[in-house]
Amino acid sequence: MKSAVVQLPGLNRDRDMIAALTKISGKAPVTVWQTETEIPDVDLIVIPGGFSYGDYLRCGAIAARMPVMQAIKSKAEQGVRVLGVCNGFQILVEAGLLPGALMRNASLKFVCREVKLEVVNADTDFTRAYAKGQVIRSPVAHHDGNYFADAETLKAVEGNGQVVFRYAEGTNPNGSINDIAGVMNDKGNVLGMMPHPENLIEVAHGGSDGRGIFASALDVIAA
Amino acid sequence: MIKARVTVTLKNGVLDPQGKAIEGALGALGFDGIGHVRQGKVFDLQLETADKAKAEAELKAMCEKLLANTVIENYSISLA
Repeated sequence: MKSAVVQLPGLNRDRDMIAALTKISGKAPVTVWQTETEIPDVDLIVIPGGFSYGDYLRCGAIAARMPVMQAIKSKAEQGVRVLGVCNGFQILVEAGLLPGALMRNASLKFVCREVKLEVVNADTDFTRAYAKGQVIRSPVAHHDGNYFADAETLKAVEGNGQVVFRYAEGTNPNGSINDIAGVMNDKGNVLGMMPHPENLIEVAHGGSDGRGIFASALDVIAA
Repeated sequence: MIKARVTVTLKNGVLDPQGKAIEGALGALGFDGIGHVRQGKVFDLQLETADKAKAEAELKAMCEKLLANTVIENYSISLA
């Protein structure tokens, strides 16, 4: 499977993401700059983390209006898998590709630590490598990861199985409603998550709990 | 030329941790009886048109497309 990593000014987790995708799929992803209006023929598009446009206005707000996002929208409509991590998640909600919004952490502090994630839905393109209810470790590093959705949206998101990950065992680092750490669109091909699975994929990272997300999305799950 | 001010505020029911922190700080400074502090944003703009209706339509589009996230925020427009 082929993948692409989107690059924008201020995103700084792109290199970690490129390394993770290369190691797990055996193929380096193509990189796509923000001004591109066409995306190469790939199976997975990843928007990595960072601080696009210095988090000005609202996190992800300016990035979400760049030309590349129109191209990503049309790819997503065609069913191509899209994964947004951290700032990538913020960009996807700002672009309207995912429901809800990400607000300032309830503590008002930047959090950089490890949390536990419960795999709420293991029947998705991104989580088939895991079992439902499995708890995995994952690093987080963000200032604005407090997921919010109004009552009606929340009901729909919960009812449709769009909540993919929840912070487990009291590790909610940001005050997210219903402990939501990752949500997907109703079609199931666009996932956004605040935690950084690309930073826990091999022994050198101290574990490989995050590997399953990329292995699932890239269809390289070991038999 | 028209001068405009756009005010963006959080919708009711949306948790505002910054507003809460400011409210706490005001209390700590001895301001009693302060409640429901909400933080928002103000944008001042100049539009190179004399047509107020056109300016308002354009400002509304700017709010919908960029200045406000209508999932969580309301906006209001005033022309000088």
